[in-house]
Amino acid sequence: MTAASFGQPITPAHVAGVIVLLLVAACIPFVVSSFHLLQFTMVVVYAIALLGLNILTGYNGQISLGHGAFYAIGAYTTAILLDRTGIPYWAAIPIAGLICFVSGFLFGLPALRLEGLYLALSTFALAIATPQLLKFRGFEPWTGGVQGTFVSTFAAPFGLPLKWDQWLYLFALAIAALMFLLAWNLLRGATGVAIVAIRDNPIAATSMGINTALYKSLTFGVSAMYTGIAGALGALVAQFVSPDSFSIFLSLSLLVGSVIGGVTSLSGAIFGAFFIQFVPNLADQVSKAATWAVYGAVLIAFMYAMPAGIAGLVSATAKRLLRR
Amino acid sequence: METFIHQFLSGLANGGIYAAIGLALVMIFQATHHINFAQGEQAMLSAYVALVLIQAGAPYWLAFIVALGFGFVLGVALERLIVRHFNDAPVLSIVVVFLGLLFIINSLAGWIFSYNVQSFPSPFPAGLGGKFMSAHEVGMVGVTLITLALVFAFFRFTPLGLAMRAAAQNPEGSRLVGIRVGWILTLGWGLAGAVGAIAAIMAAPVVYIEPNMMAGVLLYGFAAALLGGINNPWGAVAGGFIVGVLENLAGAYVVGTELKLSVALIIIIAVLVMRPAGLFGRAIVTRV
Repeated sequence: MTAASFGQPITPAHVAGVIVLLLVAACIPFVVSSFHLLQFTMVVVYAIALLGLNILTGYNGQISLGHGAFYAIGAYTTAILLDRTGIPYWAAIPIAGLICFVSGFLFGLPALRLEGLYLALSTFALAIATPQLLKFRGFEPWTGGVQGTFVSTFAAPFGLPLKWDQWLYLFALAIAALMFLLAWNLLRGATGVAIVAIRDNPIAATSMGINTALYKSLTFGVSAMYTGIAGALGALVAQFVSPDSFSIFLSLSLLVGSVIGGVTSLSGAIFGAFFIQFVPNLADQVSKAATWAVYGAVLIAFMYAMPAGIAGLVSATAKRLLRR
Repeated sequence: METFIHQFLSGLANGGIYAAIGLALVMIFQATHHINFAQGEQAMLSAYVALVLIQAGAPYWLAFIVALGFGFVLGVALERLIVRHFNDAPVLSIVVVFLGLLFIINSLAGWIFSYNVQSFPSPFPAGLGGKFMSAHEVGMVGVTLITLALVFAFFRFTPLGLAMRAAAQNPEGSRLVGIRVGWILTLGWGLAGAVGAIAAIMAAPVVYIEPNMMAGVLLYGFAAALLGGINNPWGAVAGGFIVGVLENLAGAYVVGTELKLSVALIIIIAVLVMRPAGLFGRAIVTRV
């Protein structure tokens, strides 16, 4: 079922493919308009968020309908750090990641006892409650309450001749590349086998000596960290955070992207990110309501015809072509 | 003290709605072990049908009955056309399919009826109200209790209700004695849709009608079903009333109205962690 199967040797072709992809991605800021550049930056941001969700839902089998909450925590942490302390933006991102790791780990602790469906329910509740929690008066001195908080912009470092948005895109791309490398490294070894074993057969995994509880909470933490880092970058892109941008629809969009891209693969995160960034724009031209109707129809169709998502389709097609 | 009684009673009235949604969720869960995330949206669409009829001049109770029928047919159609194909799919697929249905119904409603918030009439005469409860609250409790009594009588005293219970408990055995388990599941979906429709029509005068009206209600319905025990219909009903009262009292005295939805989150997580079977449910033991 996993698209990235274990022990698969890395051929020079794979490495070359990744390098070409990165080079092409790095050229984008110099060829597209600044409006489209922001959209591509969001694709990179969503790809990081979806990567986190894929690790949790695809590889570890824990369904989360509430990852928007961790995206929100990452975004707010960055906004507050930049607004209240002198911490530079590049240092705020790892701090946001760390805070999200801890929150994810803590949410994962009670979630351990929940089987698939119940975890889906409680994370769904988390997603619905998130905007209310962000609006809470007690937090208003930090969060700015209903009004939200502005996030200041910054210039490219080392006197590079780049505009703010070009630098931000390249910065996000570098972080994304690092996060993909880390995820690939995490999943290819013994840890990855343990994570997948827990999904496929928790009882067998336990009897093989895997500490299921620890691995599940840690996976939840790592996943939240990925999504939180995406949220931190997202706040830099939007230059603004407010409670209503982190509604249930954000969480559900992330799930949609994850499932359509291919939940049991790393590359699926990229396909999914393109989907949730560009399909709503296309659908919006038809009607405001159309986006979610399209999401719904595509979701059901994918579950029916290709549960492994676009990544599954791509890898199946590639295998078929290479066999000849 | 008077405010306390008022909050308590109006909590009970809201609790009736949560009880009805919780009951609908449990009816589907018992038969198929699915949690229907689209339950609230099905109910919302049925309430719109009632609203359209009322605006066209139909008498309230006629519109009410037609909307119930619509809720029933919608439930049957969804089960037959879509959900049926995923009965043996992994949990993630099922959750995703239900969310897909949620999106589709929600945007269809937005498309057809617009996202504007509209008011919804209450059929109960003002004289029904008293010192502590408004007329609609009294009526709401009444309608909920009648619904629950009817559902109870259906399952307890009719051959069809008995067949449904049998099909949920032992599908293989039921098939052997000639019960058409597939259609019984469909019927369960239809009934759940109708019960949900009642909840939405009763909730609409309070929360107003718009495509997203059921999001909060559905969350409380989840909390109700889990608190009472997801495999116990009467537990879900009791859970609904308890959640309604807790929500109102917590809103009035503890967290304030802005954090009311977090109460549902806390109830859900607390129940799942401390007593996963709920207050009245039985623990599920699986052989491995």
